[in-house]
Amino acid sequence: MINTQDILETISMIRSEHLDIRTVTMGISLLDCARSDINESCRKIYDKIAFRAEKLVKTSDDIAKEYGVPIINKRIAVTPIAMLAAASGGDPVKYALALENAAQQVGVNFIGGYSALVQKGFAGGDEELIRSIPEALAVTEHICSSVNIGSTKAGINMDAVKLMGDIVKQTAHATADRDCIGAAKLVVFCNAPDDNPFMAGAFHGAGEPDCVINVGVSGPGVVKAALEKIPEGDITDVADTIKKTAFKITRVGQLAAYEAAKRLGVPFGIVDLSLAPTPAVGDSVARILEEIGLENCGAHGTTAALALLNDAVKKGGTMASSHVGGLSGAFIPVTEDEGMIAAASAGHLCIEKLEAMTAVCSVGLDMIVVPGDTSPEVISGVIADEAAIGLINYKTTAVRLIPAIGKRVGDTLNFGGLLGGGPVMRLNESSPAKFINRGGRLPAPLQSLRN
Amino acid sequence: MRAVITVVGKDMVGILARVSAFCAENNVNIIEVTQSILQDMFCMIMLVDTRECTREFTDFADLLAKLGEENGLVISAMHEEIFNTMHRI
Repeated sequence: MINTQDILETISMIRSEHLDIRTVTMGISLLDCARSDINESCRKIYDKIAFRAEKLVKTSDDIAKEYGVPIINKRIAVTPIAMLAAASGGDPVKYALALENAAQQVGVNFIGGYSALVQKGFAGGDEELIRSIPEALAVTEHICSSVNIGSTKAGINMDAVKLMGDIVKQTAHATADRDCIGAAKLVVFCNAPDDNPFMAGAFHGAGEPDCVINVGVSGPGVVKAALEKIPEGDITDVADTIKKTAFKITRVGQLAAYEAAKRLGVPFGIVDLSLAPTPAVGDSVARILEEIGLENCGAHGTTAALALLNDAVKKGGTMASSHVGGLSGAFIPVTEDEGMIAAASAGHLCIEKLEAMTAVCSVGLDMIVVPGDTSPEVISGVIADEAAIGLINYKTTAVRLIPAIGKRVGDTLNFGGLLGGGPVMRLNESSPAKFINRGGRLPAPLQSLRN
Repeated sequence: MRAVITVVGKDMVGILARVSAFCAENNVNIIEVTQSILQDMFCMIMLVDTRECTREFTDFADLLAKLGEENGLVISAMHEEIFNTMHRI
């Protein structure tokens, strides 16, 4: 029989340390749904999603019960809708409504892919889709949107950076009566991965199979609990403990992904080796950093501790899964992490420090509430800075800012659920307008002489 | 399939009897049992075979959890594979 201690450890991880599978995400290609008539395209999309994902929720729930591990979210990622809009023309919001209907029909939590990939420039459909994002996110509930504005190979599309500053602001305005939640479902990427199971940035890349299952795991509480057992350990012990814990967490994700793929008759794609926090106490990445030895998340030393954490998670997780992908790393979304909220509220964590942290972890400036009167150019400046970190370091970076319309530094927003809530954080208001308004393309960087 | 049933809670008369009676009612065969008492907390782990179970496993697990709640215990039934996967390479 299996070792008693191992059994009790697993039970304790699930019951008291919030071990769960954060998401089972089905990626569905919609390329074969593209028609020249937008209404027909929408019908095809609805039919395909309703058929492919019919059993996604039920199967995931069955697996969760059988194995005793909660599966929190069931989601769908689809082909970037800009590609379909290119073929059909017309108002892209029709696609958003078709996706919303499909999401409600199959009962998923979110559907991602109201997206455009414009790192090198705008193709047909791209700009129309981007300009429709504020309305699309205001009239739907389950849609998530993302725009890739840069990549290490293509450089940064500064026209798109400028446009997205505006779009983020408009999206917040369009949902101002609902705590600006639209902006919480819009992410601006550099080096966006094709197989990311996490929202708001999930979409189904053009090189992916017709249908695939990707899984994102979680478990910051488990890592913290493991570190609590070695208060006197040196940093090597800390790294080893995180690696071993990440291995165990990821094995659970691999098992669920394999089972879900088998039962749904769909290929298994990847496991995303993530430490995804929630606003619940005991499920925080910030608290891991504090357990490593920082008085508060945001103190000097935070970037180094996070680099160690992120690297150890990947090392442990890679061994545990046959295919790894997506974002893979520790997430630092401010409003979704109880410890980050506390650190930001107490003034220990500022945006500049978060920006430094994003250079060493997944994913970027995530779920940060900023003053409602922030100008679009300042938002574009934040996007450009963050994209530059991804561009130079050959990694995914992203920006998900929520301008809190009508609110100022010190006020709070509250989305509820996994999206959490948090304080409005201070941004440097000095204007980058001239830089942003120049437009053009920031060239792709040199890949040698890497200092 | 084989499943692991864990029972944790305050020690009292008849815990083992109740859980094993429930297994018998549902035609679930108990393969192995270990139990220990730490201070006054009772901790029992059972390895069971559910192939001939008269219910869906998920229903069996739900009812077992309910039986636990009624008796002030935390009972879970989980597929054996999760423990193998997590702790063995």
